[in-house]
Amino acid sequence: MSEQLVQAIADMREEEALDLVRAMVKEGVEPLAILDAVKQAMAIVGERYEKGVYFLPELMLSGEMLNQITDILKPELAKLPEVKREGKVLMGTVEGDIHDIGKNIVTFMLDVNGFDVLDLGVDVSSQKYVEAIRDFQPQVVGLSGFLTLAFDTMKETIEAIQAAGLRDQVKIMVGGGQMDDQVRAYTGADAYGRDAMAAVKLAKDWIGG
Amino acid sequence: MTEKTWAQMSADEKQEAAFQKLLSPKDPQGNDLPFQSPEAEANYKARITRIKDAIQMKKLPDRVPVVILPSMFPYLSAGMTVEEAMYDYDACTAAFKEFLLEYQTDMHIGASAPGPGKFYELVGYKLYSWPGHGVAPEHSYQCNEGEYMLAEEYDLLMADPSFYFRNFYLPRVFDAFEGFKMLSPWTSTLEMYGLAFNYVPFALPPVQKTFQALFDAGAEALKWAMVMGGSDGELATLGYPNILGGFTKAPFDVIGDTLRGTKGIMLDIYRQPDKLLAAMDALTPTMIAMGVGAARQTGNPLIFMPLHKGADGFLSDEQFKKFFWPTFKQVMMGLIDAGCIPFPALEGHWDSRLEIVQDVPKGKTIWMVDQSDIARAKATLGQNACLMGNVSSSMLNLGTPQDVEDYVKNLIDTIGQGGGYIVCNGAFFDEAKPENVKAMVDAAKEYGAYE
Repeated sequence: MSEQLVQAIADMREEEALDLVRAMVKEGVEPLAILDAVKQAMAIVGERYEKGVYFLPELMLSGEMLNQITDILKPELAKLPEVKREGKVLMGTVEGDIHDIGKNIVTFMLDVNGFDVLDLGVDVSSQKYVEAIRDFQPQVVGLSGFLTLAFDTMKETIEAIQAAGLRDQVKIMVGGGQMDDQVRAYTGADAYGRDAMAAVKLAKDWIGG
Repeated sequence: MTEKTWAQMSADEKQEAAFQKLLSPKDPQGNDLPFQSPEAEANYKARITRIKDAIQMKKLPDRVPVVILPSMFPYLSAGMTVEEAMYDYDACTAAFKEFLLEYQTDMHIGASAPGPGKFYELVGYKLYSWPGHGVAPEHSYQCNEGEYMLAEEYDLLMADPSFYFRNFYLPRVFDAFEGFKMLSPWTSTLEMYGLAFNYVPFALPPVQKTFQALFDAGAEALKWAMVMGGSDGELATLGYPNILGGFTKAPFDVIGDTLRGTKGIMLDIYRQPDKLLAAMDALTPTMIAMGVGAARQTGNPLIFMPLHKGADGFLSDEQFKKFFWPTFKQVMMGLIDAGCIPFPALEGHWDSRLEIVQDVPKGKTIWMVDQSDIARAKATLGQNACLMGNVSSSMLNLGTPQDVEDYVKNLIDTIGQGGGYIVCNGAFFDEAKPENVKAMVDAAKEYGAYE
C-alpha cells in the first residue's frame, strides 16, 4: 500500500492518496512509515519539477496533499520526537515589498527537501533579519523581492547583516521578479536563483544534504 | 461609391481607420486639435506614423520608435513620493509632463499610473495596499492576492458574471460595497407584475450607504479623470500622442489574479478543470467587450493586456496550451476584429511560450517583452508581431549609460532589422538612473534610423 501511496501522490491523484492514508492508519501502519512514503513521493515531485515536467499546479497540489496528510496523522505524530533536519534556512520578502507567491514556493520546496525553514513573511526589515539570524542561527538566508525597490532594500539588509557581524556565518541568496546576476552583485549576495529548485540547489550546495 | 459602415469594414480597414482618426486629432469639442506649433503637429503625426509602421509591418518606419512605459519613475525622479503622486493630481501630471518633455518618446500612456488615492479611500479598496495604507509613502502600491472567489462559486460566476462580480466579488474587495450584496439581478426586471419587489433593497440603509459612497467616489474619480484628460490633451498639442485605449486581460489571469488567486487556480487545474475551462469561455466575451468598449470611449486602438500566470515556470507547455492560450487568443482575435490592437505584456520570462503565441495575424498586435530571449522572440512571435522592450529594470537601475547604449544599439542592429521593433524598457519600473533612461532614448534616436 505504501508503494501505491508514493505513486498516487507523485502522479497527483489526490483523492486516492488521501483514501490510502486513511486506510493505512486504520490498518495500524506506523505514521512514520506513512511519512516516509510521502517523503519519497515529494522527492519524485521535486525531480519532476526540476526536469520541467511539473510546474506550479503540481507544487501547489502536492503541498495541499501534504497538509491534508499531516492533518490526518497529527494525533499520532504528536507522540513522536521531532525529525532531524538537513539545515536551517531563513526566508523573507525584503522591506517595502509585500509580494509573497514566489517566496512561499521557495519556502515550500526547501521544507519538503528536508530543510528547517523559518519564513519571516513580507516587508521584513533588516533589523528583523538580523534578530532572526541571531535567534534562529540559519546557515542560509533567502531574500525575496518582486519590485525594483527591493534592489536597495536587499542591499541595505545585507549591509545590516554585515554591520551586525553576522555576514560570515551565513550564505545569502536573492530571487524574485526583476532579479538577475547584476542585481545580485549590487546587493552583495552570494548567489541569485531563478526559481525554487535553484534555491534548493544553492541551499544543498552550501549546507550539504 | 458609398462609404462602408463600420460593420461592413474588414479588421484591416478598421485598424487603418483607427490610425487615420489618430492622425487627425480633435479637441473635446470635436474641432481640429490646436497644436502649439507647426513643429508640434509635424512631430505628433510623425510619431504616430512611426508607431503605426512598426505595428503594421508593411513598410519600414523612418526609424525605430522609442517608448518608455514607466510605473512610478516619472514621479520619483521629480522628487515626489508615490503618495504625493496619488493624492496631488496636478503635481502628478506636472511631473509626467516634465518627464515626457525630458525624454521625448514616440508615444506615452498618460499620467494615470499612480491613480487617485482619495478614490481608493472612499471605496475602501482592499485588493491593494498603497502609500499610507499598508506601504511606505515612497513605495508603489502592491496587490494583496487572495482567494476572493471560492472554489465552489464557478457556477455562480458563469451563470451571470456581472451579478457575481457585483453581489459577491466586489463586497469582498471594497469595504464600501457591502450594500451590493442585497441587490437583485438587473435581469430580474422583465415585466410589470412583481417588478417593484426588485427595488425594495434600495430603501435599505446598507444599500443607501453604498450608493452614497459611490456618489462621493465617483465625484473624486471624475475630478482625477478631468486632470488626466487635460494633461493628455495638453501633451497632444505639444506633439506627444497617447494612443493607449484601455486594457483587458487574458481569462486565465482574470481568474488567477483577480478571483481565485494563484494557489486557487493552480489547484483548480487538477480539481475542477472543466469548470475552469467553462468559466474562461464564459468570461471571454466580457473581456473582449471590455477592451473594445474602452477603445470606443477613448478613441485609441491599443488595448493593453498584462500577462502574468502563463509565464515560464507557472504551467507546463501542455497546460499553457490547454488552459491559458485558447481564450487569450480568442480575446485578441475579438479585439482585432473590432479594429483594436492587442498590446500584451510578456512579464518575466516567456521563452517556452514564444512558438505557441506566434500564431497571431501579422501586423495586428504589439508585445512588450521583458526578460525573454529577444532573439528567439524575434524569430518566432516577431515574424508576425511588433515587439517592444527588453531593456531590463536591472540595467536601467544598476548599469551605466554606456551599458544601456551598447545594449540598445545591439537590439536595433538585430531585433530592429526589417522593422517591427520598438525600443522600450522591458518591465514597468519605479527606480532607475535617469541618465540610463536617457541613454536608452538617445541610442534609439542616434542608431535607429532605417536607410
